[in-house]
Amino acid sequence: MTKPEKEISWKEIPIGAASIEPGNAMEYRTGDWRSMRPVWDKNRCVKCGVCFIFCPDAAIHKVEDDYFEADLFYCKGCGICARECITGAIKMVEEE
Amino acid sequence: MGKRVGMEVSIGAAEAVKLARAECIAAYPITPQTHIVEHLSELVNNGELDAEFIPVESEHSAMSVCCGCSAVGARTFTCTSSQGMALMNEILFIVPAMRLPIVMILANRSLSSPLSIWNDHSDIMSIRDTGWIQLFAENGQEVVDHVLFAFKVAENPNVLLPVMINMDGFILSHVIEPIELPDQDVVDKFLPPYNPVQRLHPDHPITMGAFAIPDLFTETKKAQEEAIKSSFPYIIKAWDELGNTIGRYYNPIEKYKSEGKKILFITMGSFGETVMTAIDMMEEKGIDVGLIRIRLWRPFPEKEFLDAIKDADILIVIDRAITFGGMAGPVTTEIRSVLYHEENMPAVVGFICGLAGRDVTPKDYERMVEIAKEKVKKGKEKEYEIYGVRE
Ligand code: SF4
Ligand code: SF4
Repeated sequence: MTKPEKEISWKEIPIGAASIEPGNAMEYRTGDWRSMRPVWDKNRCVKCGVCFIFCPDAAIHKVEDDYFEADLFYCKGCGICARECITGAIKMVEEE
Repeated sequence: MGKRVGMEVSIGAAEAVKLARAECIAAYPITPQTHIVEHLSELVNNGELDAEFIPVESEHSAMSVCCGCSAVGARTFTCTSSQGMALMNEILFIVPAMRLPIVMILANRSLSSPLSIWNDHSDIMSIRDTGWIQLFAENGQEVVDHVLFAFKVAENPNVLLPVMINMDGFILSHVIEPIELPDQDVVDKFLPPYNPVQRLHPDHPITMGAFAIPDLFTETKKAQEEAIKSSFPYIIKAWDELGNTIGRYYNPIEKYKSEGKKILFITMGSFGETVMTAIDMMEEKGIDVGLIRIRLWRPFPEKEFLDAIKDADILIVIDRAITFGGMAGPVTTEIRSVLYHEENMPAVVGFICGLAGRDVTPKDYERMVEIAKEKVKKGKEKEYEIYGVRE
Protein backbone atom coordinates (compact mmCIF):
# COMPACT_ATOMS: atom_id res chain seq x y z
CA MET A 1 0.00 0.00 0.00
CA THR A 2 2.18 2.81 -1.27
CA LYS A 3 -0.71 5.28 -1.66
CA PRO A 4 -2.30 6.94 1.35
CA GLU A 5 -5.70 5.32 2.10
CA LYS A 6 -7.55 8.57 1.41
CA GLU A 7 -6.40 8.52 -2.26
CA ILE A 8 -7.36 4.93 -3.13
CA SER A 9 -10.23 4.54 -5.63
CA TRP A 10 -12.70 1.65 -5.39
CA LYS A 11 -11.26 0.44 -8.69
CA GLU A 12 -7.93 -0.19 -6.96
CA ILE A 13 -9.41 -2.39 -4.21
CA PRO A 14 -8.04 -5.93 -4.67
CA ILE A 15 -10.56 -8.77 -5.20
CA GLY A 16 -12.55 -9.27 -2.01
CA ALA A 17 -10.58 -6.43 -0.35
CA ALA A 18 -7.81 -8.94 0.38
CA SER A 19 -4.41 -7.78 1.58
CA ILE A 20 -2.24 -9.06 -1.21
CA GLU A 21 1.15 -7.76 -0.02
CA PRO A 22 2.22 -9.89 2.95
CA GLY A 23 3.43 -7.80 5.88
CA ASN A 24 2.20 -4.45 4.58
CA ALA A 25 0.99 -3.57 8.09
CA MET A 26 4.65 -2.52 8.54
CA GLU A 27 3.84 0.58 6.53
CA TYR A 28 1.07 1.62 8.88
CA ARG A 29 2.15 4.36 11.30
CA THR A 30 0.36 3.43 14.54
CA GLY A 31 2.67 6.01 16.13
CA ASP A 32 0.17 8.63 14.91
CA TRP A 33 -2.25 7.55 17.63
CA ARG A 34 0.15 8.36 20.50
CA SER A 35 -0.55 11.02 23.13
CA MET A 36 1.95 9.63 25.69
CA ARG A 37 5.47 8.43 25.00
CA PRO A 38 7.46 5.82 27.00
CA VAL A 39 10.83 7.05 28.29
CA TRP A 40 13.46 4.63 29.66
CA ASP A 41 15.61 5.17 32.73
CA LYS A 42 18.64 2.95 32.10
CA ASN A 43 19.73 3.17 35.74
CA ARG A 44 16.66 1.22 36.83
CA CYS A 45 16.52 -1.26 33.95
CA VAL A 46 17.59 -4.85 34.75
CA LYS A 47 17.33 -5.94 31.07
CA CYS A 48 14.66 -8.57 31.83
CA GLY A 49 12.82 -8.02 28.52
CA VAL A 50 9.31 -7.95 30.04
CA CYS A 51 8.49 -4.69 28.25
CA PHE A 52 9.60 -6.25 24.95
CA ILE A 53 7.30 -9.25 25.50
CA PHE A 54 4.24 -7.22 26.54
CA CYS A 55 4.28 -4.49 23.89
CA PRO A 56 1.13 -5.25 21.81
CA ASP A 57 2.60 -3.55 18.75
CA ALA A 58 6.01 -5.23 18.87
CA ALA A 59 7.37 -1.69 18.89
CA ILE A 60 10.07 -2.41 21.48
CA HIS A 61 13.44 -3.72 20.35
CA LYS A 62 16.83 -4.37 21.89
CA VAL A 63 19.45 -1.63 21.58
CA GLU A 64 23.12 -1.28 22.61
CA ASP A 65 24.20 -3.09 25.79
CA ASP A 66 20.96 -5.13 25.84
CA TYR A 67 18.76 -2.24 26.93
CA PHE A 68 15.35 -1.74 25.29
CA GLU A 69 13.73 1.12 23.39
CA ALA A 70 10.47 1.83 21.51
CA ASP A 71 10.31 2.52 17.77
CA LEU A 72 8.13 5.64 17.78
CA PHE A 73 6.89 4.93 14.22
CA TYR A 74 4.84 2.08 15.75
CA CYS A 75 4.57 2.89 19.50
CA LYS A 76 0.92 3.94 20.03
CA GLY A 77 1.55 5.05 23.60
CA CYS A 78 -0.69 2.53 25.34
CA GLY A 79 1.52 2.47 28.45
CA ILE A 80 1.49 -1.31 28.88
CA CYS A 81 5.30 -1.42 28.97
CA ALA A 82 5.40 1.15 31.78
CA ARG A 83 2.75 -0.72 33.71
CA GLU A 84 4.48 -4.12 33.36
CA CYS A 85 8.07 -3.04 34.00
CA ILE A 86 8.93 -4.58 37.38
CA THR A 87 11.53 -1.97 38.36
CA GLY A 88 9.57 1.06 37.21
CA ALA A 89 12.20 1.97 34.60
CA ILE A 90 9.64 3.25 32.07
CA LYS A 91 7.74 6.52 32.52
CA MET A 92 4.98 7.73 30.24
CA VAL A 93 5.42 11.40 29.35
CA GLU A 94 3.01 13.65 27.52
CA GLU A 95 3.71 14.28 23.81
CA GLU A 96 4.05 17.95 22.93
CA MET B 1 -27.95 -37.24 -23.24
CA GLY B 2 -29.01 -38.67 -19.94
CA LYS B 3 -32.32 -40.46 -19.45
CA ARG B 4 -35.28 -38.88 -17.71
CA VAL B 5 -35.99 -40.86 -14.56
CA GLY B 6 -38.37 -40.32 -11.67
CA MET B 7 -36.50 -39.17 -8.58
CA GLU B 8 -36.97 -36.98 -5.55
CA VAL B 9 -35.82 -33.45 -6.35
CA SER B 10 -33.47 -33.44 -3.32
CA ILE B 11 -31.75 -36.58 -4.63
CA GLY B 12 -31.49 -34.97 -8.07
CA ALA B 13 -29.92 -31.88 -6.49
CA ALA B 14 -27.32 -34.00 -4.67
CA GLU B 15 -26.60 -35.95 -7.87
CA ALA B 16 -26.05 -32.64 -9.66
CA VAL B 17 -23.52 -31.62 -6.99
CA LYS B 18 -21.76 -34.92 -7.69
CA LEU B 19 -21.83 -34.26 -11.44
CA ALA B 20 -20.33 -30.81 -10.73
CA ARG B 21 -17.49 -32.62 -8.91
CA ALA B 22 -17.75 -30.53 -5.74
CA GLU B 23 -14.60 -30.93 -3.68
CA CYS B 24 -15.79 -29.71 -0.28
CA ILE B 25 -19.20 -29.96 1.34
CA ALA B 26 -20.01 -28.73 4.83
CA ALA B 27 -23.64 -28.72 5.88
CA TYR B 28 -25.90 -29.33 8.83
CA PRO B 29 -29.20 -31.13 8.30
CA ILE B 30 -32.42 -29.14 8.63
CA THR B 31 -35.91 -29.81 7.31
CA PRO B 32 -36.66 -29.62 4.37
CA GLN B 33 -33.08 -29.66 3.08
CA THR B 34 -32.08 -32.88 4.88
CA HIS B 35 -32.30 -35.34 1.98
CA ILE B 36 -29.79 -33.34 -0.06
CA VAL B 37 -27.16 -33.48 2.69
CA GLU B 38 -27.92 -37.10 3.54
CA HIS B 39 -27.54 -38.19 -0.05
CA LEU B 40 -24.32 -36.23 -0.48
CA SER B 41 -22.81 -37.80 2.63
CA GLU B 42 -23.71 -41.23 1.20
CA LEU B 43 -22.13 -40.37 -2.15
CA VAL B 44 -18.92 -39.29 -0.42
CA ASN B 45 -18.96 -42.27 1.95
CA ASN B 46 -19.38 -44.88 -0.79
CA GLY B 47 -16.66 -43.30 -2.89
CA GLU B 48 -18.91 -42.08 -5.73
CA LEU B 49 -17.96 -38.46 -5.03
CA ASP B 50 -14.33 -37.63 -4.30
CA ALA B 51 -14.94 -34.77 -1.88
CA GLU B 52 -14.33 -33.79 1.72
CA PHE B 53 -17.63 -34.02 3.59
CA ILE B 54 -17.08 -32.02 6.75
CA PRO B 55 -19.70 -32.65 9.45
CA VAL B 56 -20.21 -29.59 11.63
CA GLU B 57 -22.13 -28.74 14.80
CA SER B 58 -24.14 -25.83 13.37
CA GLU B 59 -24.91 -23.85 10.24
CA HIS B 60 -22.68 -21.02 11.44
CA SER B 61 -19.82 -23.52 11.36
CA ALA B 62 -21.02 -25.00 8.06
CA MET B 63 -20.69 -21.69 6.24
CA SER B 64 -17.46 -20.84 8.09
CA VAL B 65 -15.95 -24.15 6.93
CA CYS B 66 -17.18 -23.44 3.40
CA CYS B 67 -15.38 -20.08 3.54
CA GLY B 68 -12.12 -21.81 4.40
CA CYS B 69 -12.57 -24.47 1.72
CA SER B 70 -13.39 -21.94 -0.96
CA ALA B 71 -10.57 -19.64 0.16
CA VAL B 72 -7.98 -22.37 -0.46
CA GLY B 73 -9.47 -22.95 -3.91
CA ALA B 74 -11.85 -25.90 -3.53
CA ARG B 75 -15.19 -26.14 -5.34
CA THR B 76 -17.53 -25.79 -2.38
CA PHE B 77 -21.19 -26.60 -1.81
CA THR B 78 -23.62 -26.30 1.06
CA CYS B 79 -27.35 -26.16 1.59
CA THR B 80 -29.67 -25.04 4.33
CA SER B 81 -33.11 -23.71 5.14
CA SER B 82 -34.96 -21.25 7.39
CA GLN B 83 -33.65 -21.40 11.00
CA GLY B 84 -30.40 -22.95 9.80
CA MET B 85 -29.94 -20.11 7.35
CA ALA B 86 -30.67 -17.66 10.15
CA LEU B 87 -27.91 -19.24 12.22
CA MET B 88 -25.40 -18.83 9.38
CA ASN B 89 -26.47 -15.23 8.81
CA GLU B 90 -23.24 -13.62 9.99
CA ILE B 91 -21.12 -15.62 7.54
CA LEU B 92 -23.56 -15.14 4.65
CA PHE B 93 -22.46 -11.50 4.38
CA ILE B 94 -18.78 -12.40 4.55
CA VAL B 95 -18.80 -14.85 1.60
CA PRO B 96 -19.61 -12.38 -1.21
CA ALA B 97 -17.53 -9.63 0.42
CA MET B 98 -14.52 -11.96 0.24
CA ARG B 99 -15.59 -12.96 -3.31
CA LEU B 100 -15.78 -16.69 -2.57
CA PRO B 101 -17.65 -18.66 -5.26
CA ILE B 102 -19.61 -20.98 -2.95
CA VAL B 103 -22.83 -22.54 -4.24
CA MET B 104 -25.73 -23.02 -1.86
CA ILE B 105 -29.22 -24.42 -2.21
CA LEU B 106 -31.74 -22.79 0.08
CA ALA B 107 -34.78 -25.05 0.53
CA ASN B 108 -37.15 -22.19 1.29
CA ARG B 109 -39.10 -22.46 4.52
CA SER B 110 -40.80 -19.98 6.84
CA LEU B 111 -38.97 -18.50 9.82
CA SER B 112 -40.13 -19.01 13.43
CA SER B 113 -42.10 -18.18 15.44
CA PRO B 114 -44.57 -19.88 15.48
CA LEU B 115 -42.47 -22.84 14.43
CA SER B 116 -43.29 -24.12 10.99
CA ILE B 117 -41.38 -26.44 8.70
CA TRP B 118 -43.40 -25.47 5.63
CA ASN B 119 -42.58 -23.42 2.59
CA ASP B 120 -42.60 -19.70 1.99
CA HIS B 121 -39.99 -17.06 1.16
CA SER B 122 -39.48 -15.40 4.53
CA ASP B 123 -36.02 -16.97 4.83
CA ILE B 124 -34.64 -15.76 1.51
CA MET B 125 -36.18 -12.31 1.82
CA SER B 126 -34.44 -11.79 5.16
CA ILE B 127 -31.03 -12.31 3.47
CA ARG B 128 -31.79 -10.47 0.26
CA ASP B 129 -29.07 -7.90 0.90
CA THR B 130 -26.22 -10.27 1.70
CA GLY B 131 -24.67 -9.83 -1.77
CA TRP B 132 -25.20 -13.36 -3.12
CA ILE B 133 -26.38 -13.92 -6.67
CA GLN B 134 -29.91 -15.24 -6.08
CA LEU B 135 -31.98 -17.47 -8.36
CA PHE B 136 -35.35 -19.15 -8.08
CA ALA B 137 -36.03 -22.61 -9.49
CA GLU B 138 -39.51 -23.60 -10.48
CA ASN B 139 -39.25 -27.39 -10.73
CA GLY B 140 -36.84 -30.25 -10.08
CA GLN B 141 -35.14 -30.13 -13.46
CA GLU B 142 -34.40 -26.45 -12.96
CA VAL B 143 -32.78 -27.20 -9.61
CA VAL B 144 -30.50 -29.81 -11.19
CA ASP B 145 -29.60 -27.61 -14.16
CA HIS B 146 -28.95 -24.62 -11.93
CA VAL B 147 -26.53 -26.44 -9.65
CA LEU B 148 -24.26 -26.89 -12.69
CA PHE B 149 -24.99 -23.36 -13.86
CA ALA B 150 -24.32 -21.86 -10.42
CA PHE B 151 -20.75 -23.19 -10.26
CA LYS B 152 -20.14 -21.97 -13.80
CA VAL B 153 -21.24 -18.43 -12.93
CA ALA B 154 -19.73 -18.26 -9.44
CA GLU B 155 -16.26 -19.41 -10.50
CA ASN B 156 -16.05 -17.19 -13.58
CA PRO B 157 -12.99 -14.99 -12.91
CA ASN B 158 -15.10 -11.99 -13.98
CA VAL B 159 -17.74 -12.83 -11.37
CA LEU B 160 -16.28 -14.59 -8.28
CA LEU B 161 -19.44 -14.37 -6.22
CA PRO B 162 -21.46 -16.98 -4.36
CA VAL B 163 -24.67 -18.20 -5.96
CA MET B 164 -27.79 -19.19 -4.05
CA ILE B 165 -30.42 -21.42 -5.67
CA ASN B 166 -33.82 -21.04 -4.05
CA MET B 167 -36.02 -24.08 -4.20
CA ASP B 168 -39.38 -24.24 -2.45
CA GLY B 169 -39.28 -26.60 0.51
CA PHE B 170 -41.45 -29.74 0.15
CA ILE B 171 -43.23 -28.39 -2.95
CA LEU B 172 -39.94 -29.10 -4.74
CA SER B 173 -37.57 -30.73 -2.26
CA HIS B 174 -39.75 -33.75 -1.46
CA VAL B 175 -41.54 -34.24 -4.75
CA ILE B 176 -40.70 -37.03 -7.17
CA GLU B 177 -40.36 -35.66 -10.68
CA PRO B 178 -39.02 -36.90 -13.99
CA ILE B 179 -35.48 -35.52 -14.00
CA GLU B 180 -32.75 -35.80 -16.59
CA LEU B 181 -29.21 -35.93 -15.24
CA PRO B 182 -26.72 -34.96 -17.94
CA ASP B 183 -23.85 -37.38 -18.63
CA GLN B 184 -20.63 -36.79 -16.71
CA ASP B 185 -18.54 -36.05 -19.82
CA VAL B 186 -21.06 -33.41 -20.91
CA VAL B 187 -20.91 -31.76 -17.49
CA ASP B 188 -17.11 -31.95 -17.41
CA LYS B 189 -16.93 -30.06 -20.68
CA PHE B 190 -19.35 -27.41 -19.45
CA LEU B 191 -17.73 -27.12 -16.04
CA PRO B 192 -13.95 -27.59 -16.04
CA PRO B 193 -12.11 -27.76 -12.68
CA TYR B 194 -12.16 -24.56 -10.63
CA ASN B 195 -9.11 -22.42 -11.29
CA PRO B 196 -9.00 -19.73 -8.56
CA VAL B 197 -7.60 -16.31 -9.45
CA GLN B 198 -6.61 -15.73 -5.83
CA ARG B 199 -6.46 -18.16 -2.93
CA LEU B 200 -4.83 -18.85 0.39
CA HIS B 201 -1.53 -20.56 -0.32
CA PRO B 202 1.76 -20.53 1.62
CA ASP B 203 3.71 -19.69 -1.55
CA HIS B 204 1.82 -16.40 -2.00
CA PRO B 205 0.52 -15.35 1.41
CA ILE B 206 -2.49 -13.02 1.41
CA THR B 207 -5.00 -11.96 4.07
CA MET B 208 -8.73 -12.28 3.37
CA GLY B 209 -11.49 -10.50 5.24
CA ALA B 210 -9.16 -8.19 7.17
CA PHE B 211 -9.92 -4.81 8.68
CA ALA B 212 -10.85 -1.65 6.74
CA ILE B 213 -10.61 1.81 8.24
CA PRO B 214 -13.38 4.37 7.49
CA ASP B 215 -11.17 5.83 4.73
CA LEU B 216 -11.37 2.51 2.82
CA PHE B 217 -14.59 0.73 3.80
CA THR B 218 -16.83 2.68 1.41
CA GLU B 219 -14.48 1.86 -1.49
CA THR B 220 -14.57 -1.87 -0.65
CA LYS B 221 -18.39 -1.85 -0.67
CA LYS B 222 -18.56 0.08 -3.94
CA ALA B 223 -16.20 -2.51 -5.46
CA GLN B 224 -18.49 -5.31 -4.20
CA GLU B 225 -21.62 -3.62 -5.56
CA GLU B 226 -19.96 -3.16 -8.95
CA ALA B 227 -18.93 -6.83 -8.91
CA ILE B 228 -22.51 -8.10 -8.59
CA LYS B 229 -23.87 -5.57 -11.08
CA SER B 230 -21.27 -6.42 -13.69
CA SER B 231 -21.86 -10.16 -13.19
CA PHE B 232 -25.08 -9.86 -15.23
CA PRO B 233 -23.69 -10.45 -18.75
CA TYR B 234 -21.71 -13.45 -17.49
CA ILE B 235 -24.88 -14.89 -15.98
CA ILE B 236 -26.62 -14.57 -19.35
CA LYS B 237 -23.62 -16.09 -21.13
CA ALA B 238 -23.58 -19.06 -18.74
CA TRP B 239 -27.30 -19.69 -19.41
CA ASP B 240 -26.57 -19.66 -23.15
CA GLU B 241 -23.73 -22.12 -22.70
CA LEU B 242 -25.88 -24.32 -20.47
CA GLY B 243 -28.63 -24.30 -23.09
CA ASN B 244 -26.18 -25.21 -25.84
CA THR B 245 -24.91 -28.07 -23.66
CA ILE B 246 -28.10 -29.65 -22.31
CA GLY B 247 -30.77 -28.21 -24.60
CA ARG B 248 -32.68 -26.33 -21.93
CA TYR B 249 -32.49 -22.54 -22.15
CA TYR B 250 -33.19 -20.18 -19.29
CA ASN B 251 -33.73 -16.43 -18.93
CA PRO B 252 -33.57 -13.96 -16.05
CA ILE B 253 -37.25 -13.14 -16.69
CA GLU B 254 -39.46 -15.95 -18.01
CA LYS B 255 -42.75 -15.24 -19.75
CA TYR B 256 -45.92 -17.27 -20.15
CA LYS B 257 -48.69 -16.11 -22.50
CA SER B 258 -47.70 -12.55 -21.58
CA GLU B 259 -47.41 -10.91 -25.02
CA GLY B 260 -49.85 -8.03 -25.31
CA LYS B 261 -51.65 -8.95 -22.06
CA LYS B 262 -53.07 -6.11 -19.97
CA ILE B 263 -52.99 -8.09 -16.71
CA LEU B 264 -49.87 -9.96 -15.65
CA PHE B 265 -49.02 -12.09 -12.63
CA ILE B 266 -45.50 -11.75 -11.23
CA THR B 267 -44.21 -14.81 -9.37
CA MET B 268 -40.96 -16.31 -8.10
CA GLY B 269 -40.33 -20.02 -7.53
CA SER B 270 -42.68 -22.98 -7.81
CA PHE B 271 -45.93 -20.97 -7.62
CA GLY B 272 -45.34 -20.05 -11.26
CA GLU B 273 -46.42 -23.54 -12.30
CA THR B 274 -49.82 -23.22 -10.59
CA VAL B 275 -50.31 -19.77 -12.08
CA MET B 276 -49.68 -21.22 -15.57
CA THR B 277 -52.45 -23.76 -14.94
CA ALA B 278 -54.67 -20.95 -13.66
CA ILE B 279 -53.97 -18.90 -16.78
CA ASP B 280 -54.93 -21.82 -19.05
CA MET B 281 -58.16 -22.30 -17.10
CA MET B 282 -58.99 -18.58 -17.24
CA GLU B 283 -58.21 -18.46 -20.94
CA GLU B 284 -61.00 -20.98 -21.57
CA LYS B 285 -63.39 -18.62 -19.78
CA GLY B 286 -62.16 -15.66 -21.81
CA ILE B 287 -60.19 -14.02 -18.98
CA ASP B 288 -57.00 -12.73 -20.53
CA VAL B 289 -54.05 -12.92 -18.13
CA GLY B 290 -50.33 -13.59 -18.58
CA LEU B 291 -47.42 -14.47 -16.31
CA ILE B 292 -43.92 -13.13 -15.68
CA ARG B 293 -41.62 -15.27 -13.54
CA ILE B 294 -38.59 -13.64 -11.99
CA ARG B 295 -35.85 -16.26 -12.12
CA LEU B 296 -32.94 -13.94 -11.33
CA TRP B 297 -33.62 -11.94 -8.18
CA ARG B 298 -30.09 -10.56 -7.59
CA PRO B 299 -28.70 -8.85 -9.58
CA PHE B 300 -32.20 -7.69 -10.51
CA PRO B 301 -32.75 -7.80 -14.30
CA GLU B 302 -34.31 -4.36 -14.57
CA LYS B 303 -34.22 -3.92 -18.35
CA GLU B 304 -35.57 -7.41 -19.08
CA PHE B 305 -38.34 -6.94 -16.54
CA LEU B 306 -39.45 -3.58 -17.91
CA ASP B 307 -39.45 -4.99 -21.41
CA ALA B 308 -41.59 -7.97 -20.33
CA ILE B 309 -44.30 -5.84 -18.70
CA LYS B 310 -44.40 -2.95 -21.18
CA ASP B 311 -47.94 -3.63 -22.45
CA ALA B 312 -49.53 -4.29 -19.07
CA ASP B 313 -51.98 -2.09 -17.16
CA ILE B 314 -52.13 -4.19 -14.00
CA LEU B 315 -49.37 -6.23 -12.37
CA ILE B 316 -50.49 -8.73 -9.75
CA VAL B 317 -47.44 -9.43 -7.62
CA ILE B 318 -47.35 -12.59 -5.52
CA ASP B 319 -45.32 -12.18 -2.35
CA ARG B 320 -44.54 -15.10 -0.07
CA ALA B 321 -43.14 -13.09 2.81
CA ILE B 322 -44.16 -10.05 4.84
CA THR B 323 -42.14 -6.87 5.30
CA PHE B 324 -43.50 -6.08 8.74
CA GLY B 325 -44.48 -2.45 8.98
CA GLY B 326 -43.44 -1.82 5.38
CA MET B 327 -45.38 -0.61 2.36
CA ALA B 328 -46.11 -4.07 0.81
CA GLY B 329 -44.43 -7.45 0.40
CA PRO B 330 -40.75 -7.38 -0.59
CA VAL B 331 -41.29 -8.27 -4.25
CA THR B 332 -44.12 -5.75 -4.65
CA THR B 333 -41.94 -3.04 -3.11
CA GLU B 334 -39.11 -3.95 -5.47
CA ILE B 335 -41.37 -3.88 -8.53
CA ARG B 336 -42.75 -0.48 -7.58
CA SER B 337 -39.23 0.85 -7.21
CA VAL B 338 -38.24 -0.52 -10.63
CA LEU B 339 -41.28 1.17 -12.19
CA TYR B 340 -41.03 4.51 -10.44
CA HIS B 341 -39.43 6.47 -13.28
CA GLU B 342 -41.42 4.81 -16.08
CA GLU B 343 -44.02 6.59 -18.12
CA ASN B 344 -47.37 4.76 -18.30
CA MET B 345 -46.69 2.99 -15.06
CA PRO B 346 -49.04 0.00 -14.59
CA ALA B 347 -51.00 -0.40 -11.37
CA VAL B 348 -49.17 -2.75 -9.00
CA VAL B 349 -51.42 -4.87 -6.80
CA GLY B 350 -49.64 -6.89 -4.14
CA PHE B 351 -50.90 -10.13 -2.61
CA ILE B 352 -49.14 -11.93 0.20
CA CYS B 353 -50.10 -15.58 0.10
CA GLY B 354 -48.89 -19.14 0.52
CA LEU B 355 -47.28 -18.46 3.89
CA ALA B 356 -45.87 -21.53 5.64
CA GLY B 357 -47.11 -23.99 3.06
CA ARG B 358 -50.71 -22.83 2.73
CA ASP B 359 -51.98 -23.96 -0.67
CA VAL B 360 -52.85 -21.42 -3.32
CA THR B 361 -54.94 -23.02 -6.04
CA PRO B 362 -55.76 -21.91 -9.61
CA LYS B 363 -59.18 -20.78 -8.31
CA ASP B 364 -57.41 -18.49 -5.83
CA TYR B 365 -55.47 -16.83 -8.64
CA GLU B 366 -58.70 -16.30 -10.57
CA ARG B 367 -60.13 -14.65 -7.47
CA MET B 368 -57.03 -12.43 -7.20
CA VAL B 369 -57.61 -11.18 -10.74
CA GLU B 370 -61.13 -10.11 -9.74
CA ILE B 371 -59.90 -8.43 -6.54
CA ALA B 372 -57.07 -6.67 -8.41
CA LYS B 373 -59.47 -5.28 -11.05
CA GLU B 374 -61.78 -4.08 -8.29
CA LYS B 375 -58.95 -2.41 -6.37
CA VAL B 376 -57.69 -0.61 -9.47
CA LYS B 377 -61.20 0.56 -10.31
CA LYS B 378 -61.52 2.05 -6.82
CA GLY B 379 -57.97 3.49 -6.91
CA LYS B 380 -57.00 1.28 -3.95
CA GLU B 381 -54.21 -0.71 -5.58
CA LYS B 382 -51.65 0.62 -3.14
CA GLU B 383 -53.19 -1.35 -0.29
CA TYR B 384 -51.73 -4.83 -0.36
CA GLU B 385 -53.69 -7.78 0.88
CA ILE B 386 -52.85 -10.91 2.81
CA TYR B 387 -54.87 -13.21 0.61
CA GLY B 388 -57.15 -15.74 2.29
CA VAL B 389 -56.55 -14.58 5.84
CA ARG B 390 -59.63 -15.20 8.01
CA GLU B 391 -61.18 -12.05 9.42
S1 SF4 C 1 3.62 2.45 25.11
FE1 SF4 C 1 2.57 0.62 24.36
S2 SF4 C 1 3.03 0.62 22.19
FE2 SF4 C 1 4.51 2.01 23.10
S3 SF4 C 1 6.24 0.75 23.52
FE3 SF4 C 1 5.03 0.76 25.39
S4 SF4 C 1 3.77 -1.05 25.20
FE4 SF4 C 1 4.58 -0.65 23.17
S1 SF4 D 1 10.66 -4.34 31.65
FE1 SF4 D 1 11.77 -2.66 32.65
S2 SF4 D 1 13.49 -3.63 33.57
FE2 SF4 D 1 12.74 -5.10 32.11
S3 SF4 D 1 13.84 -4.67 30.23
FE3 SF4 D 1 12.02 -3.46 30.11
S4 SF4 D 1 12.60 -1.47 30.98
FE4 SF4 D 1 14.16 -2.94 31.58
